[in-house]
Amino acid sequence: MTTGERPDPPRTDDDLDRRRAALDAAISQRRPVKLDAEPKSQRTSIAFALRLSTDFVAGVLVGAALGWGIDKLAGTSPWGLIVFLLLGFAAGVLNVMRSAGLVAEPFREKDGSLRRRDDRSAGQNGD
Amino acid sequence: MADDPIKQFEIYDIVPIGIGDLDLSFTNSSLFMVATLATSTGFLYLATSGRALIPTRIQSIGEVAYEFVAGMLRDATGSDGMRFFPLVFSLFMFILVANLFGMVPYFFTVTSHIIVTFALAMLVMGTVVIYGFMKHGLGFLKLFVPHGVPGALVPLVTLIEVISFLSRPISLSVRLFANMLAGHITLKVFAGFIVSMSAVGTVGIIGSILPLFMTIAMTALEFLVSFLQAYVFAVLTCMYLNDALHPSH
Repeated sequence: MTTGERPDPPRTDDDLDRRRAALDAAISQRRPVKLDAEPKSQRTSIAFALRLSTDFVAGVLVGAALGWGIDKLAGTSPWGLIVFLLLGFAAGVLNVMRSAGLVAEPFREKDGSLRRRDDRSAGQNGD
Repeated sequence: MADDPIKQFEIYDIVPIGIGDLDLSFTNSSLFMVATLATSTGFLYLATSGRALIPTRIQSIGEVAYEFVAGMLRDATGSDGMRFFPLVFSLFMFILVANLFGMVPYFFTVTSHIIVTFALAMLVMGTVVIYGFMKHGLGFLKLFVPHGVPGALVPLVTLIEVISFLSRPISLSVRLFANMLAGHITLKVFAGFIVSMSAVGTVGIIGSILPLFMTIAMTALEFLVSFLQAYVFAVLTCMYLNDALHPSH
């Protein structure tokens, strides 16, 4: 199932997916929901906070490192650092907003793969 | 017990191997990586050796792990992302088992060293970049040019996107490393309080109940964090792989 690359995979894959979905539906009707508690308890807010802060810091750090490197190479001493630090700041904010799901990358996909940030637990239970 | 909370992260040679100037010694870190690999492989071997329709206990754990990672990957990348399942599953299992190993007293925590987590993150980013260019050619660069941005802003936004992309392996690795490091240091410090307080006398022994409770609570939290960080790493891996599969911004 992991490498389904046969000569005409799409139709068979779709077929398989459909049958699997039907089977899942049939099974989940019979079986009481039991894996519920697992995905929900994982999403503690402290982990989320840590994630956002590392996202932000990483952006700033990479910006600073790039600027410093460019200064070193081009000898434009403070300017590269200044400009890229600001850009890094912007990138950090972008990272944070992306992680928080505020910038939902609206042009990403039409096939529904966009729904993946915060309704994870909902998607998880469907499996 | 060593009272230095950092000492647990010390790396020492077990089998010194030096080739020229290269230090390829087999360290305690290597030992625990091998142990992690052996444990996760052994677990999966046992889990899949039966292949019964009505699973045994270990087989159902294996199935839960499979379903968990597969569902995560399918959510993030769609079903064509399933070709990356081996990568994501290996990463998840490695990090999870390494984190859990770190919870055993006197064991070394592999993931508390940034070079290890950075190597794992670079593996992911390398896969994303190489696969992205292989599949889409230069079209992969569209990832950095968001749709619908006014023309004058495109260079600026692209630059910001590039920096944002470059910061991913750093945030990915720092997150895992910092969580494990901080958790283990906190645990050690609170456990150290018990020892130093109970040395004072009766009042100290009674007072040391507080850090004892704290240590117990922290241990539970650390188990949660071990799992959570493996999960977060895998989820972000899936999201980045999705960029490689569908770079159309």
